[in-house]
Amino acid sequence: MSTQPVLLKGGRLVDPSQNLDAVGDLLVQDGKVVKAGGKIAGPDGAIVIDAKGKVVSPGFIDVHCHLREPGREDVETIQSGAESAVAGGFTAVCAMPNTNPVTDNQAAVGFIIRQAQRANAARVYPIGAISVGQLGQAMAEMGEMVGAGAVAVSDDGKPVVSAQLMRTTLEYARSFGIPVADHCEEPTLAHGGAMNEGVVSARLGLKGIPDEAEEIMVIRDILLARRTGGHVHLCHMSTKGSVELIRWGKDRGINVTAEVCPHHLHLTEDAVEGYNTHAKMNPPLRTWADVEALRAAVKDGTIDCVATDHAPHHYDEKEREFSDAPNGIVGLETALAVVHTALVSSGVIGLPDLVNRMSVMPAKVFHLPGGTLRAGSVADVTVFDPAETWTVDATRFRTKGRNSPWTGRQLTGRVHATLVGGRVAWQLGG
Amino acid sequence: MSAPLGKDLVGLEGLSREQLQLVLDAAEGFKEVSERAIKKVPTLRGQTIVNLFFEASTRTRVSFEFAEKRLSADTVNVASSGSSVSKGETLVDTARNLEAMRIDMVVIRHPSSGAARFLAERIKSNVINAGDGTHEHPTQGLLDMLTLRDKFGKLDGLKVCLCGDVLHSRVARSNIFGLRTMGAEVAICGPRSLLPGDVGQLGVTVFDRIEAAIEWADALNVLRLQLERMSAGYIPSLREYNRVFGVTRERLDRAPRDLLILHPGPMNRGVEIDSNVADGPHSVILDQVTNGVAVRMAVLYLLAGARAEPSRGGDAR
Repeated sequence: MSTQPVLLKGGRLVDPSQNLDAVGDLLVQDGKVVKAGGKIAGPDGAIVIDAKGKVVSPGFIDVHCHLREPGREDVETIQSGAESAVAGGFTAVCAMPNTNPVTDNQAAVGFIIRQAQRANAARVYPIGAISVGQLGQAMAEMGEMVGAGAVAVSDDGKPVVSAQLMRTTLEYARSFGIPVADHCEEPTLAHGGAMNEGVVSARLGLKGIPDEAEEIMVIRDILLARRTGGHVHLCHMSTKGSVELIRWGKDRGINVTAEVCPHHLHLTEDAVEGYNTHAKMNPPLRTWADVEALRAAVKDGTIDCVATDHAPHHYDEKEREFSDAPNGIVGLETALAVVHTALVSSGVIGLPDLVNRMSVMPAKVFHLPGGTLRAGSVADVTVFDPAETWTVDATRFRTKGRNSPWTGRQLTGRVHATLVGGRVAWQLGG
Repeated sequence: MSAPLGKDLVGLEGLSREQLQLVLDAAEGFKEVSERAIKKVPTLRGQTIVNLFFEASTRTRVSFEFAEKRLSADTVNVASSGSSVSKGETLVDTARNLEAMRIDMVVIRHPSSGAARFLAERIKSNVINAGDGTHEHPTQGLLDMLTLRDKFGKLDGLKVCLCGDVLHSRVARSNIFGLRTMGAEVAICGPRSLLPGDVGQLGVTVFDRIEAAIEWADALNVLRLQLERMSAGYIPSLREYNRVFGVTRERLDRAPRDLLILHPGPMNRGVEIDSNVADGPHSVILDQVTNGVAVRMAVLYLLAGARAEPSRGGDAR
């Protein structure tokens, strides 16, 4: 398929996959990167985008989001989710299987892939369920799901309670070379909890979720990865203790990778004050010490990648008593700005590190195309202005969700254009 | 009158010493109304108040209703059973519907922490929290403080220990916030499984043993032990609870001074408190109930007065 060439002129090309950080042009054509760097003369008929003052990076990849289709199309569809993704600079997202019905078989995986093709926005990679119906009992047909296009398995939304099931899954997944992504939550400790267990929960009279609910499962999974040689990917890490345990595992060469969400890098349990349901998520927002540990872990690589855990809800569902409101926030369209504000503006990491955690590493960890601007690779590209400060207005989101804790807040870093497969899938103000 | 308490009373946390003082002083004035032969003043004549109870309550609801009626307000009681709440209507819809009937105030009791504040932020009527989940029960805190002030003449420097299930107690939180603001020293005592882990940061002392608490305190506020805590596994048995943590005559007899005994009710006699303590000479449990009406009259009066102001809408929170 031949597409119109696109020439991005004069941007700062930041591609840690090839240690590239220099001002130059980028030419893409027919879905591939033709050339990155230097001055490039555009071929006839090329779309030329002025990228001066902007960063041009390999497209962001989100290994963890909830697109709600099938089952809750009132809240999000693959169409609206994929459009939200490109508006946030994501050229590819991985959709968690806690849909209704659960994505636990090849037909369900195929449905998501077809819907994603129809959406024609970001690439959408399905994640299959670990267990049939996500019930934590029988293993789902992983081989067939991988054959149909699943890139990982997870029972996310729920923990894998049975250590035996987790062990078997890690072993079985080795046959297919895919990661097993776990939502680490020891259910008896977390039961009924609505926020972090600490001084704020004590004051507000809300049942807390202790750090240990996450950490017990983190170390269990790491030990099972050691036993089996399987690849465990730990979802949405939120505590300092988890960071220490992952570091312990990586130091021993255990096949463990981990992600952190933008909100856990930026907000603390204080955001819950006033029973703000837009600050309710699972795992909950923790303390400043946790935020600092997570930031340091992003810097030193203990945490491999940033993932949004984008979780749209109907506004009515969040307009509730705190303990009854559902967990989760939307995150695709604020991810860059939040990570940039929390980590780059504050001087913890540089822009190449940000691109590494949002593009290069997610591609590596989940074995996905992209994450690089090397000639010949897929032309998935994000263009963003790292200096632009903007005010978040949830009513302008492409996602159907409005449940964002950053509404009305100023953040720095804004996506200006997103190319998927060489096609301009989104442009700010376009 | 300006808005001395703001639009609503959702908790004692954040109220100033002057505001708390104002309620207690106003309550002092309202005590007398209930002692009259004709127990009625026209203060809230023509005002409509809805008592919205999503949780079973006898004492608090009756106390509010007496307070409202003695101020000549028109009142309606809505209980969760028999209302549209049980048909799945959301709290915000229930509230909006009530408000569409042009009411002036809502007294809300709800099993979710934060529900009173949630409602207060969404309706124009004054909202009074009559207990929200395990968060606060501000009028109970105020009536406990009024009772303590009656007996000791002051709250400043007073040593008060809250005994029992602090973790799940909205009464405890309101007492901690209110008493500390008024300069009292506050301690808590109970099995560690029923105390919040980070309670030290709330500015209270923790006693593991009831004997030590009794030795320290001027007054004990004995919290009700919800009997379902045992089935939930927080404590092994009610029998052991009484043996180890119960406020008993024998334990009080060993105290260096006479302790005032409060209990927010309803009591589990023989569990957290023995009958001979509850009915003993230092128990002020029934004075608390009497003061409850006066405190609620004071709160209703102060909030309604704020509403009468043309400049209303200036939410002080």
